[in-house]
Amino acid sequence: MFLIICPYCGEREQSEFKAGGEAHIVRPKQPTELSDDEWAEYLFMRKNIKGIQFERWNHIHGCRKWFNMVRDTSNDEIKAVYKMGEKPPSI
Amino acid sequence: MSKNLRTKTSKFIDETTRISFRFDGKKYFGFRGDTLASALLANNIHLVGRSFKYHRPRGIMTAGSEEPNAIVQLNNNSSRTEPNVRATEIEIYEGLEASSQNCWPSVKFDIGGINNFLSPILPAGFYYKTFMWPASFWEKYEYFIRKSAGLGKSPTKPDPDIYEHKYIHCDVLIIGAGISGVMAAKIAAKNGFKTLLVDEKSYLGGSTIYQNSENFKINNQVSNSWLEKEINEIKKFKNLEIKTRTSVAAFHGYNYLLARENLTDHLPLDQRKDKTRQRLLKIRAKKVITATGSLERPLIFDNNDRPGILLSSAIKTYANLYGVACGEKNVLFTNNDSAYETAISLYQKGINIEAIIDNREEVDSKLIKETEKNNIKVYKGYTVVNTSGYKRINKISIMQLSKDGQKVTGNKIFIECDCLGVSGGWTPAVHLFTQSGGKLKFRDEDQVFIPKTYPSDQISIGSCNGDFTLDEILSSIPNKLKVFLNIKHTVYENIEVQSPFNKSKRNIWLLPSDKNIGKTKSFVDYQNDATAKDIKLALREGFRSIEHVKRYTTTGMGTDQGKLGNMHALGIISETAGSKMGELGTTTFRPPYTPLTFGTIVGRNVGEYFDVFRKTPIHEWHVKNNAKFENVGQWKRSWYYPKNGESMHDAVQRESKAARDSAGILDASTLGKIDIQGTDASEFLNRVYTNSWSKLSIGKCRYGLMLNEDGMVYDDGVTTRLSENHYIMTTTTGGAATVLGKLEDYLQTEWPELDVYLTSVTDHYATISVCGPNSRKIVSKIIPDLDFSDESFPHMSFKNVKIGKIKCRLMRISFTGELSYEINVQANYSKSLWERCMEAGKEFNITPYGTETMHLLRAEKGFIIVGQDTDATMTPIDLQMDWIVSKKKYDFIGKRSLYRSDTIKEDRKQLVGLLTENPEEILEEGAQIIADINKSPIEMLGHVTSSYYSPNLKKSIALGVVRGGKNMMGQKLIIPMENKQINVTVADPVFLDKENKRLNA
Repeated sequence: MFLIICPYCGEREQSEFKAGGEAHIVRPKQPTELSDDEWAEYLFMRKNIKGIQFERWNHIHGCRKWFNMVRDTSNDEIKAVYKMGEKPPSI
Repeated sequence: MSKNLRTKTSKFIDETTRISFRFDGKKYFGFRGDTLASALLANNIHLVGRSFKYHRPRGIMTAGSEEPNAIVQLNNNSSRTEPNVRATEIEIYEGLEASSQNCWPSVKFDIGGINNFLSPILPAGFYYKTFMWPASFWEKYEYFIRKSAGLGKSPTKPDPDIYEHKYIHCDVLIIGAGISGVMAAKIAAKNGFKTLLVDEKSYLGGSTIYQNSENFKINNQVSNSWLEKEINEIKKFKNLEIKTRTSVAAFHGYNYLLARENLTDHLPLDQRKDKTRQRLLKIRAKKVITATGSLERPLIFDNNDRPGILLSSAIKTYANLYGVACGEKNVLFTNNDSAYETAISLYQKGINIEAIIDNREEVDSKLIKETEKNNIKVYKGYTVVNTSGYKRINKISIMQLSKDGQKVTGNKIFIECDCLGVSGGWTPAVHLFTQSGGKLKFRDEDQVFIPKTYPSDQISIGSCNGDFTLDEILSSIPNKLKVFLNIKHTVYENIEVQSPFNKSKRNIWLLPSDKNIGKTKSFVDYQNDATAKDIKLALREGFRSIEHVKRYTTTGMGTDQGKLGNMHALGIISETAGSKMGELGTTTFRPPYTPLTFGTIVGRNVGEYFDVFRKTPIHEWHVKNNAKFENVGQWKRSWYYPKNGESMHDAVQRESKAARDSAGILDASTLGKIDIQGTDASEFLNRVYTNSWSKLSIGKCRYGLMLNEDGMVYDDGVTTRLSENHYIMTTTTGGAATVLGKLEDYLQTEWPELDVYLTSVTDHYATISVCGPNSRKIVSKIIPDLDFSDESFPHMSFKNVKIGKIKCRLMRISFTGELSYEINVQANYSKSLWERCMEAGKEFNITPYGTETMHLLRAEKGFIIVGQDTDATMTPIDLQMDWIVSKKKYDFIGKRSLYRSDTIKEDRKQLVGLLTENPEEILEEGAQIIADINKSPIEMLGHVTSSYYSPNLKKSIALGVVRGGKNMMGQKLIIPMENKQINVTVADPVFLDKENKRLNA
């Protein structure tokens, strides 16, 4: 079980958090302008990388804030956490 | 049989306290400090069980948790019975009852033993090969295979013991309290770290604590006395917690570990009452020092599994620690110097040693010289080729090994014995280290896997790191810990060590025999009866990956996870396949290291705490009034209220009729309630619901459907505009938490610019729904000042009202199709308000109804229940609810998906009403719907989602989803059941009052 540093609350047990999938997938501003393929790209396509992955996490049993986390999925090392809207670190 | 093999007194055994116990029904005696294994051996009992597949007689093989054979059933036929307990671990107590497993009628005469003679036709993969054909017979085979599978019997009654969980946080956790662990504990504690030291045994000091040979000295003291002083010293440290009988089960990432602490299993039964039996420790350690030691390897030769064959180190443990001789005619068989340590220990205790068989030809060391000086015959360059004795070893035959170790030569020599100690060198116990994600490397010189890279802040020290000898341990630990703990000094500088251990070893994974391998039974995995022959067969049949060979032969898949034989399996595979050991990898070690009881895993979460439930504030009234309850999410909801022994059907029919004829009352407090405030609240609702919200005036309510981005219906409910920037949203009971989570997600991540605040108020408000033609009269009795006229208070509107001094929110909304009022009141007033409604409604025969009636009433009106009439594949269009999807709105969650190529297909499953040909026939929910029974294969068109007998319409009604159902109005379809076909007609899903006359009455 990870120890996650919530950017708002500090270090907490993984059991307080919920994983929310790949980060930095922005909801299209004008969905109606998109073709089926373009919409499907947003809707369904997610990366499942062995290695550095940018993820969304939610401190659901804590402050309930969403934030981003960079995790190496091959060894679960957490490289960085940062708030929503902040620029992703270069890793 | 009842010979006493207790030798000289051991200080670890309290000979003043005699303890009686039963094994296989017979009474024996041991002393306090004995394990079941040591007490049985003292009574000259070796045969304790039968093997899994061949039912071969098996004896005690080790003195620790790695024991593969001596696993017993404790307290048979009681609620405290426990299978697969290692006799080598259980400490005896007054009243202990243990019995052999896997044998019938008894361990001495076991019918299943016939499998041993059938073994030529029971090779690896026997079950896979034999029971493949004909495939249709599998069900018949399965019955017999299941009957013969499994070890031991699980208890059939609830566990009467108490278990608990405990969190521990520490700076340094040290696993294993052998000499390495004790040294590490002292160093860590002296340097101010909050330290926890755990060991699975009942004593500290590991194997060094009974190493009383003059050959091994630390600072000129015999090693065990030196260590004893160290232990006495660390026990005084305030910042060091020591837990014995505590076995680390799992080592997860980020230094999170689970350990089982045994608190009462060693106590006499009468001292256990009301005490916690076992505790699951959840340990989060900043740093972990693994000092789990090493396990002695057996040797693989023909018939190497007979009772009386033990690890050489176990024989030494039984002699030194428990004061027990394992036999009177002992022979040791070794490929390294360890067996000579055993020999010297036995000699000092006056226990007879017939001979030592040593694989090595040209070898000499201080220990060997001392052994030979004591007139013990040593056969150098020899190997054991066979053993005999069915229930106890009585003879071995040995032959000379060829130079390359592949063959045996010369004459066979027979040696009589009643105990054979084997020593194949040592395997570092890296199980926990690899569980944590650590990678291993193979050390060629002594053929061991040792830790290579650490995935977290941890280190392995002592023999689990491949540092086997006393001088290696004492010289490596101080330097390693200086770096690991970032400290300048340790207390162990310049220690003098005397350790005359010769590290030479002649490693032969599978020892040669004068017989063809096909005729031998050389066991690699004792518990699962996997032999060297099986492994070779697997390789011949094309298996290459160690993980595949493991599963095919079941090597290492017993309750001991093959702690003894895994290395040999790897060795035999690499030799046979011609690959290098280091490249082959190892199988995966999985938690738990030793089996855990279910009690430990669940802790206090049993009975009503297993899955806690939520009660509405009116719950007590429902209980008092005989309600039956239904689980909805975590909630207990009133299901129906049977009167005078009514059946569920009768109660629901009565409740449903009363609600439409006069008045019904429902506790709707479980509905999710989300308070939404902010200047952008209307815009936010526009984006999350399919319909438009900007024009909803203050004081009005509106029903909304919420979709996922994929266009599928996710939740529904009524939202009320309380003021300009203030709404109250209701969600389904089960969806409350996830809807809030979803709304928060969009607000925080997609639309952070919106000024909206969400608060869950589900628990703060209770909701009482009064419905039926007389509901207005009842509610107006309670709130006499309010104008209830349609003009002032129409359907889908809201009023702030006061009942006495209590503020309430009153909505005129309906889930039944009847005139209906919902009173929302602060939860703690709700029970008295409910009782007031009952009192006011008495003259109208107000009838409390539960969820079943609620479902029936709404089905009559064709209202959906999200999750019952929908699954995650239904769009609003599929539900024939096009009216609620705004065409004008530019965007809302899920809008774009409503015209994807897949969602606009005509033949999607769509919600329809279903009427049975026979109006008395009630369909089964979940039943399949078809059109043509003769078509092959039969085409499944859909299924029934809701079905009831309507007392108001006096006929059966149902909702279902049918492929292309929207265009099938009036069409006849078939519901095929086990013994019959039911004819149905597709109908409008609104069965009652399509014109909404009742709503607006």
